[in-house]
Amino acid sequence: MGKVKPGPLSRRPDNSAFKQQRLPAWSPMLTANTVLPFFYFMALICMLLGVWLLLTVQSTQELKLDYTEAGTCDICFEKRKNVSNADQPCSCTVVLSIKKAFKGDVFFYYGLQNFHQNLRRYMDSRDDAQMVGRKNNLKSPSTYCLPFDKDKNGLPVAPCGAVANSIFNDSFTLRYMAPSGSVLVPLLRKGISWYTDKNIKYRNPSNGNMTLPQVFEGTGRPLYWQKPVYDLDPHDATNNGFINDDLIVWMREAAFPNFKKLYGVLYRANKPFVNGLPAGNYSVDISYNFPVKYFQGRKEVVLTTLTWFGGQNHFLPIAYLVTSCLILLIAVILTVAWCKFGKSGRNMEE
Amino acid sequence: MSELRYFSSQLIPGISSLSWFTTIVPLVMVLVITAVKDATDDYFRYKSDQQVNNRLSQVLISGSLQNEKWMKIRVGDIIKLENNQFVAADILLLSSCEPYGLCYIETAELDGETNLKVRQALTITSDLGDLSKLTDFDGKVICEPPNNKLDKFTGTLFWRDSKHPLDNDNMLLRGCVLRNTEWCFGLVIFAGLQTKLMQNCGRTTFKSTSIDKLMNTLVLWIFAFLICMGVILAIGNTIWESWTGRHFQVFLPWDEFQSSAVFSGFLTFWSYIIILNTVMPISLYVSVEVLRLGHSYFINWDQRMYHSQTDTAAEARTTTLNEELGQVEYVFSDKTGTLTQNIMVFKKCSINGQTYGDVYDEFKQKVEITEKTACVDFSSNLLYDRGFKFYDCRLVEAIKLEDPAAQDFFRLLALCHTVMPEEKSEGHLVYQAQSPDEGALVTAARNFGFVFRARTPETITLCEMGRAVTYQLLAILDFNNVRKRMSVIVRNPQGQIKLYSKGADTVIFDLLDPSSEDLKCTTSVHLNEFAGEGLRTLALAYKDLDEDHFEVWMKKFLYASTVIENREDQLAVLFEEIEQGLKLLGATAIEDKLQDGVPETVASLNLADIKIWVLTGDKLETAMNIGYSCNMLRDDMNEVFVLTGCTLLEVQQQLRSAKEQILGPGRASSAGDVEKAEMFADVLEETIIEEYALVINGHSLAHAMEPQLEHVLLDLACLCKTVICCRVTPMQKAQVVELVKRHKRAVTLAIGDGANDVSMIKTAHIGVGISGQEGMQAVLSSDYSVAQFRYLRCLLLVHGRWSYFRMCNFLWYFFYKNFAFTLVHFWYGFFCGFSAQTVYDQWFITLFNIVYTSLPVLAMGLFDQDVSDQNSLRYPSLYKPGQQNLLFNKRQFFLCLVQGVSTSSLLFFIPFAAFSVMEKEDGSDLSGQQVFAVTIATSLVIVVTVQIGLDTHYWTVVNNFFVWGSLIVYFAILFAMQSDGMFGIFTSNFPFVGTARNCLSEKSVWLVILLTTVVCVVPGLAVSFLRVELFPTLTDKVRHVQQFRKRQGPQEQSLRRVRRTSSHRSAYAFSHQQGYGELITSGKNMKMSTVSSASSPGRTPQSSTWIENMLKRKNAVSCVFDESTGAPLKTDSTEN
Repeated sequence: MGKVKPGPLSRRPDNSAFKQQRLPAWSPMLTANTVLPFFYFMALICMLLGVWLLLTVQSTQELKLDYTEAGTCDICFEKRKNVSNADQPCSCTVVLSIKKAFKGDVFFYYGLQNFHQNLRRYMDSRDDAQMVGRKNNLKSPSTYCLPFDKDKNGLPVAPCGAVANSIFNDSFTLRYMAPSGSVLVPLLRKGISWYTDKNIKYRNPSNGNMTLPQVFEGTGRPLYWQKPVYDLDPHDATNNGFINDDLIVWMREAAFPNFKKLYGVLYRANKPFVNGLPAGNYSVDISYNFPVKYFQGRKEVVLTTLTWFGGQNHFLPIAYLVTSCLILLIAVILTVAWCKFGKSGRNMEE
Repeated sequence: MSELRYFSSQLIPGISSLSWFTTIVPLVMVLVITAVKDATDDYFRYKSDQQVNNRLSQVLISGSLQNEKWMKIRVGDIIKLENNQFVAADILLLSSCEPYGLCYIETAELDGETNLKVRQALTITSDLGDLSKLTDFDGKVICEPPNNKLDKFTGTLFWRDSKHPLDNDNMLLRGCVLRNTEWCFGLVIFAGLQTKLMQNCGRTTFKSTSIDKLMNTLVLWIFAFLICMGVILAIGNTIWESWTGRHFQVFLPWDEFQSSAVFSGFLTFWSYIIILNTVMPISLYVSVEVLRLGHSYFINWDQRMYHSQTDTAAEARTTTLNEELGQVEYVFSDKTGTLTQNIMVFKKCSINGQTYGDVYDEFKQKVEITEKTACVDFSSNLLYDRGFKFYDCRLVEAIKLEDPAAQDFFRLLALCHTVMPEEKSEGHLVYQAQSPDEGALVTAARNFGFVFRARTPETITLCEMGRAVTYQLLAILDFNNVRKRMSVIVRNPQGQIKLYSKGADTVIFDLLDPSSEDLKCTTSVHLNEFAGEGLRTLALAYKDLDEDHFEVWMKKFLYASTVIENREDQLAVLFEEIEQGLKLLGATAIEDKLQDGVPETVASLNLADIKIWVLTGDKLETAMNIGYSCNMLRDDMNEVFVLTGCTLLEVQQQLRSAKEQILGPGRASSAGDVEKAEMFADVLEETIIEEYALVINGHSLAHAMEPQLEHVLLDLACLCKTVICCRVTPMQKAQVVELVKRHKRAVTLAIGDGANDVSMIKTAHIGVGISGQEGMQAVLSSDYSVAQFRYLRCLLLVHGRWSYFRMCNFLWYFFYKNFAFTLVHFWYGFFCGFSAQTVYDQWFITLFNIVYTSLPVLAMGLFDQDVSDQNSLRYPSLYKPGQQNLLFNKRQFFLCLVQGVSTSSLLFFIPFAAFSVMEKEDGSDLSGQQVFAVTIATSLVIVVTVQIGLDTHYWTVVNNFFVWGSLIVYFAILFAMQSDGMFGIFTSNFPFVGTARNCLSEKSVWLVILLTTVVCVVPGLAVSFLRVELFPTLTDKVRHVQQFRKRQGPQEQSLRRVRRTSSHRSAYAFSHQQGYGELITSGKNMKMSTVSSASSPGRTPQSSTWIENMLKRKNAVSCVFDESTGAPLKTDSTEN
């Protein structure tokens, strides 16, 4: 190999550590001195983490309410069974009571069960290029959007695809039944999506000084939508089009059929909500639009406070504690086995 | 192929669950790497072939000699060969510089025999010495079609209106070397592939290792597994679609072509096949290739296998067999040039009851002879040979003191032989010996002052201690296999007639005069001593003849020499008659020099449970002698079976009785119930403690290899520690290898140096050629070439073992990581309506195998060492797991599957449980599929990286670099692919924009990753710790010792020297063929000038028949090889 130099030992291989496979190296071995302490150490770490997480999670509060057929919603539920009634509005109210005040930021979620946002064809049925404001895609959506790419009139749909079409369109108004009378609980409905989504992944198409409706002219609204995309938020003109927060939240498809998505955050500027939600009775006025009967789904609202590792997540602390116990158990077994058989070094005799 | 199918189905939108690039990118990379590697391989092979093809040879073209490349030589060309040149094709000898058109060749390349052989041109062509006559030569040859019989040729030459039969003695075969002949001309009969040598080479078969086969099987299994998963998921999909999906159509209508849930299931099946195809990674094959290439380079680079004398390093000529080197169970070795150096050295002698040859220090202690030991200075003798080394000064002194016995001893050596001297210039003597033994003896005599200087048919001229003395040569009583001795009768200048005899001790001792009884006892002791050192011995004796007695005998002798009927027998009786009452002079001991380190290597390989079979074309005695000196045959063996039967029945009987002796009577089953016998033998093989050896010659072997006996032979051979097959043809060598290969599921390795080993090298699983010698044939067809037999130890025990170990670990990890990677999709299927949604980002799927996890495992596969090279050599037993296929087999694969499946389920279910209830710290969404994908992908990369960390035994800089580098690269690519820029440019290909940033900034995500990693790794760690502690393998023990040593500091350990402890005597110092006595006395092989001055009228009539005699004898010998050879053609033409 290589060039042949003249000379008697010209073909002698180089005496380099690499070629002679003598690179200096660390060759660790699984010995009792390293493995056993490691196991005890891991058990301890997991234990501490678990306890810490458990204590943290105790301080959170969560309230879930399935409103699919609850309260006055059973009428709406029945109504939505029938497709022909889809355009008729229906509203209902459910009542919930908070025994203990929610301290700090309170988050309002809507939840869906058995809704498969994670089907392959469903997830593919969207056009990212359209939603980032590409004009070509606005007028001629990707074939992935089929059959939700054109409306009845043959106009291109914006936003196209099954995901956008099936947007969750219930809306909620939370009221606090204060002793002094019912107070509307202010919810921040903006800033509930990721910064990257709001500013990078979703952009409205722009065309000079044209207004949003002008830009979207020549496009149709998705089949199940009551409002066109440029008119999603009647209160805030900047929250319309593809950068509407609700749309963005919906477009981030959930990994599993049961999921919840953020609806709003408690606005704490004014009394009595400066410290969170006070205890008492609340009512939720629901504009009940989303049909779940077809797929045996359920709908719920969730009120929760958060910690540094998310909401009321009991899984992680418990999983850490269980893991810790298992590792400790293994460590003890290993220690016993080692003391009984391995320690003497009898096994290692040649 | 399957990849292509995946690829094409990925283009069908209905089922394409992955983008086209997830498969095409790895596929293109794999194809490019494979193509580059194959191209370089082919190029190097082409270059080495060119080396042979471009050798030059002189071809007669239009009246003048021109240099032509070997590959341009065509049938019908007339070529000129010069001394020491390789014969380029099978040629018909036309003429040579020697009288009678004789020429000498060495056939070591062909059959391993090193003695010179004579070939003769037809009388009518032998005078075609000059170019003009040759140019006019217009003969026509009709001959047999090309075949592989080295010892047989039939043909006819038509020239000048007459027919001349041709046979093997007119032919020079390709691969022979011209010796002692200045030049010769020949007509090319067969060239290139049609030559007998090439016909003997066997077919080049594609070799693949057992790991390869296992890998292919496993890939099939995995494929079946893949189909199973596909079916399960497809059924799941059908059920889901009919229960749930049907109702979900409001939001997601079925495709137009999708008519029913069952059809949806069918489509899903294909989608899942595409997604899950990563369990059968394309990169597996290319990674394996890369590893093997790397291992091959390590073999090429190893200084321990570099031979500085010949400036050759070991070379891996094929790069696909390395790990098989770690599984070898049978080694088939050639003898000449492989085990031995083919150099004979006069080592010791016993003269008149006194031994010479050992060196003693002042305390009378024997001193080990090394290169530094001072040699005896022979320079006072003007004609001495510089290459000769002797260390004992006492012998020279004895001669200087004119000790009559010592003088007679060397006089005998100088007179009693058939060597031809050649004095090129004054004082520059070259001996041309028929066998190297004779050469060694005559050279010894030369250096001790009895220089054999010249011979004519009737005289021998010596230069005794500086004085020229001419002896009259009266008769040569030649050697043959029965007599095992040769004698000469000479008349010295004083007029006394003396008979000098040398031969096997057993034979000579029987012929001794009673007066030598005492000496016989002492010499006997010495002979035992010599034999114990593995030296070849000869006894020397002489006799004074009285004139009258000799006259009478001589008359009888001359008469018997001319008799046609029964001449051999009559001569034998006559010889016997005169060789009576000899006086013993002493004994010589010649070392058939083994290559360095052969006994140690053999011992070491034996400890590693590698069985070594010697297959040689050489004689039985020589082979056995080498067996003894290599320690393969020992005196303490229970029995050495020597099979020499000539008929099928005889062989069968011998095999049976040998087997019975080992197994005990009655247990050796008949050939009828073969299977039972095989099982039986397998069991017994392990339990038999006694050591047996089997020696079998080619003739018996031919019978024993018949279908009805081969099982018996194989059983017997496998029961024996050592098997030696002698006088076997190249094809038989291959057949023996084939036999073992066919019936034993064991890896075979053949090692040899000559063209006669080519077929066995090609047949065996692994062929090793000895390089650095003249012939290239063996090396060219070999898979590995080393310069010395002893490097086999390093090649197998270090490189082979490491290769196997690394390959197994590599495969284990590789399968594991792909199971862990891919099966996550399977679990996810149960939650996504079996819709073939991928868990990961498509780019992650594309890059996982080729970027994120390829380099650490490659580094492990290239550099890992469980025990150091020194320890691999020190504990040969470490080699055994490879032979038993323990490190990676179907069971291991199953375990690997189990671990892969459990890892994948943990990887999926822990994040699954955590994510169902998780939010971002700012309350926004964290349960999205993209977040889930990034979390699982990150956990997966970390888990498999930790796993490779645990699997790596030897952390070099490179390992560290790759392991840490891979993690860094993963995160770098992750963030790069999900960056704003990438999304801006390729919007629809990078939908994950910002996910990594949002997800990996969450503490909860890291808590999940940590938990997953710990849970995935801890059980495996605990299990391997327990295994090492409770059931340590030898490897673990050695590693333990190694660690312990390292802490203690390096310790020097000297390897025990293997002592030869044999008292077997071999007196074999001759060719197996008839000697050249007749050639000499007839004067045939003398130069014209010398013959004309010395020839006597009485001899001429006799001389015409010697060739005939020789040919007859040769044919008799050749019948041993091949019975189907018809009656040898009479060479009547030679007498015309």
